[in-house]
Amino acid sequence: MNIELSRRHFLVGAGAGLAGTTLGALGFGDVETAYAAAIRPFKLVGTTQTRNTCTYCSVACGIIMYSKGNLAKGENAEITHIEGDVDHPTNRGTLCPKGAGLLDIVHAATRLKYPMVRKPGSDKFERVTWDYALDRIARLMKDDRDQNFIAKNAAGTTVNRWITTGFLAASATTNETAWMTYKVVRSAGMLVFDNQARV
Amino acid sequence: MTNSWTDIKNTDLVVIMGGNAAEAHPCGFKWVTEAKANRGARLIVVDPRFTRSASVADFYAPIRPGTDIAFLNGVINYCMQNDKVQWEYVKAFTNATYLVKDGFDYKDGLFTGYDESRRDYDKSTWDYQIGPDGFIVVDDTLANPRCVWNLFKKHVSIYTPELVERICGTPKDKFLKVAQMIGETSVKDKYMTSMYALGWTQHSKGSQNIRTMAVLQLVLGNIGVRGGGMNALRGHSNIQGLTDIGLMSHLIPGYLNMPLDAETTFDKYMSTKLFKPLRPNQTSYWQNYRKFYVSFAKAMWGDAAKADNDWAYDYMPKLDVPAYDILRAFELMHLGKMNGYFCQGFNPLLAFPNRKKVTVGLSKLKWLVIMDPLDTETARFWQNHGEYNDVDTAKIQTEVIQLPATCFAEDTGALVNSGRWLQWHWAGATPPGEAKSDVWIMAQLAQRLKALYQKEGGAFPDPIVNLTWNYKDRGDPTPEELAKEMNGSALQTVTDPNDPTKVIQQQGKQLVSFAALRDDGTTACGCWIYSGSFNEAGNNMARRDNSDRDDTGIFPNWTWSWPLNRRILYNRASADVSGKPWDASRKLLEWNGTAWTGYDVPDIAPNAKPDVVGPFIMNAEGTARLFARTLMREGPFPVHYEPFESPIANPLNPKIRGNPVARVFKDDLEQFGDAKDFPYAATSYRLTEHFHYWTKHSRINAVLQPEFFVEISEELAKEKSIAQGGWVKVWSNRGSVRAKAYVTKRIKPLICDGKTVHVVGIPLHWGFMGEARKGFGPNSLTPFVGDANAETPEFKAFLVDIEPTTGPVA
Repeated sequence: MNIELSRRHFLVGAGAGLAGTTLGALGFGDVETAYAAAIRPFKLVGTTQTRNTCTYCSVACGIIMYSKGNLAKGENAEITHIEGDVDHPTNRGTLCPKGAGLLDIVHAATRLKYPMVRKPGSDKFERVTWDYALDRIARLMKDDRDQNFIAKNAAGTTVNRWITTGFLAASATTNETAWMTYKVVRSAGMLVFDNQARV
Repeated sequence: MTNSWTDIKNTDLVVIMGGNAAEAHPCGFKWVTEAKANRGARLIVVDPRFTRSASVADFYAPIRPGTDIAFLNGVINYCMQNDKVQWEYVKAFTNATYLVKDGFDYKDGLFTGYDESRRDYDKSTWDYQIGPDGFIVVDDTLANPRCVWNLFKKHVSIYTPELVERICGTPKDKFLKVAQMIGETSVKDKYMTSMYALGWTQHSKGSQNIRTMAVLQLVLGNIGVRGGGMNALRGHSNIQGLTDIGLMSHLIPGYLNMPLDAETTFDKYMSTKLFKPLRPNQTSYWQNYRKFYVSFAKAMWGDAAKADNDWAYDYMPKLDVPAYDILRAFELMHLGKMNGYFCQGFNPLLAFPNRKKVTVGLSKLKWLVIMDPLDTETARFWQNHGEYNDVDTAKIQTEVIQLPATCFAEDTGALVNSGRWLQWHWAGATPPGEAKSDVWIMAQLAQRLKALYQKEGGAFPDPIVNLTWNYKDRGDPTPEELAKEMNGSALQTVTDPNDPTKVIQQQGKQLVSFAALRDDGTTACGCWIYSGSFNEAGNNMARRDNSDRDDTGIFPNWTWSWPLNRRILYNRASADVSGKPWDASRKLLEWNGTAWTGYDVPDIAPNAKPDVVGPFIMNAEGTARLFARTLMREGPFPVHYEPFESPIANPLNPKIRGNPVARVFKDDLEQFGDAKDFPYAATSYRLTEHFHYWTKHSRINAVLQPEFFVEISEELAKEKSIAQGGWVKVWSNRGSVRAKAYVTKRIKPLICDGKTVHVVGIPLHWGFMGEARKGFGPNSLTPFVGDANAETPEFKAFLVDIEPTTGPVA
């Protein structure tokens, strides 16, 4: 785990050890000590490992994410490195050019951080609170549903559908997100409902 | 996939057609390399471009985009003519020997019953002859000309190597070499695997592309065996899971169907789903449909779904059209008939065809909600980005609410890979800013909507206020709670129907598997095919034992695979009629006289006698279908149809444009282009450095492939005076893009129907957001038409023109 750290310690020790040798006598002992101090510690030292799956294609390569801070212990955690999981039967530690760049998508400059609203006709997004955004969406949903809900068709059959609002579901969210989404969308009577598999 | 990525190492022959695994699925492609290195397996690539998959192939054959069925029907014809057939398999495990109704026929590109005005068929003759015993009439000798085999043989007989060359542009000698290599796998101990992806699905006859190869695999006896199968590589990390859980207009989790207007009662709905066996002693597993449906309704609405309200049948919305798929949704939006739209991790402005139409549609919405980890083009469709998004911002009256979602690194749960493995993963990072998980967002919306209905009343609030919500934190359900709901539990103690004293599961416990499901309301199960994933043994999706007895590639204890942890579908077909493996060295299952034993979970009842019960248990026949009955909209046998925009007229019948039953909206019909105005065949594809429209947000990938380009042949470049790296304009009847030209030897002109056909390749990774340079996608050009069965848009074959131009204004 901490090979580099040991090496650093070794060099520090070696530097000290030089004091009694010819090189030490020539005054190089401090150079070794300084060199040892300049070596960056192995970057994964002290990080937390978490097993995850590459977010891109369905080969679904196993990955190990290394973070500063342990999320499982309730700490703030920042991913500092991602690599292929050698224990995974499919990818056996390898990653492709897409997967090898995963760290950069986690930390992309274009990651969204706050709820935003673009008003009709406006040329910008404006930050809003989660409460504002969620209450606003629930209101928009209810108003449209109440106005356009079709309880019976022309033949008088109960059809209970709502087709003026649609929902496009994702392709990389978890099964659990999918089930939650399914429950909410279908119970509202929505039929305009698809996911990326359609494309 | 019927099989798995790790199983590809067991194959003798890999055919990559309709995909490009070496670039789009590199870490999965390693199993092809493994098979080549260790088994001496060979690789064939058939593609319009000489891809990186082709560069390591044993044999490469070029093909014109949109002509795969002609090619594959040609291979089937070759196999039939040259006795390259796994006869024992075909006779016992397919419907080859079944007799077809007398009225059924085919002529000049059309089957019996076509109605041009409806663009649909009367399919009443597309079925078997049924005997007085209620079962299909069979002729094991194949002497009867109405046998499926004889009709099929006659059907494909026109697809000679000469016709294949004429349609596909594949030189006859190359086609014959491929056919001969494929034909070699008809022996009992040689297997071929088919690896395909969106190169097959994104056509107006995408489903038939895949079916044609599936039928060929049956003729060769390559389904259900190690190293065989139909292997959809699949694009996104959980596109399989989202489809399994039914997030599509017409689906209920576990591939059940949404009810239609015509199914006015639950009994009427069920009457079309009884799946009575069509041959004696067959399993016909869909006979259990009612148990799956009732358990689903109980998972949704608990006590509110009961016998006397037909399990809340009225709570389910009814479809008045086959589906409100994405094309229909944007057609309705374009017509101004929709008000609101949600995009959860999806970027339709770049992902859907005819971008101009998509922009107009979004602009007519009252509101649009985006949930995404990234700042997408769709979220900013109203923002002017010069030629890359030339819109009049002030005129767009759509309110856009953008919600920051977590990404994979910050989320816990299961994703389903191409091989149907449900693999659990764990969150390891704190989300940026105020980003929240999609589960939290959906739960919050549901709770707020419910509160509004409880307070104000409104249109039919029942399914909303009665939605099952047994979560500890009502505003933030855990992934484990949701996974358990999908697995299902016993609402009351479940007993053995044959012995009521025997308890199958105690009340309140997780169900072992879907075998315990009941149709009397005593079980709840969100997604029956996932039953077994999270039972009393724990979260089986989180299992990490990577041992693999005898190196079969099965990995039975790594995570969990649906259904029932079965790794190879139809695996009973890996053994002959007596239950002995076709190839002893690749044993999967074997009948020991009383039970099925082996490496995988049997895809048949464990004690089902091999000479009695057929291996294709989901079919009422017990066998696989060479003849599809009424289940494919364009016909029971595959037919070559040209793309809607094609450089040549259909050689089989020049009057037929595209797929004769594909749905085409009026405006879109008028926007199809003709070869006289748009002379070049175009196709779209991915690059190995990029993933769709996501990785342009990732700095390292943006650096690796920074800029949009189109790929053309040296011959076309010369003809149009286009310089390597020079700017070109490419346009269709729907839009125009500016790109740098990449002139390569990877694309060559083809001769089709006596005419030179040039192909223009258009990669799909650019837009106006992210780190990469601004650019365009193929959807600025592609037609708004989908596959007749699945409505997947025709992104892989369309027409364009091209000419040199100047660079963009800086």
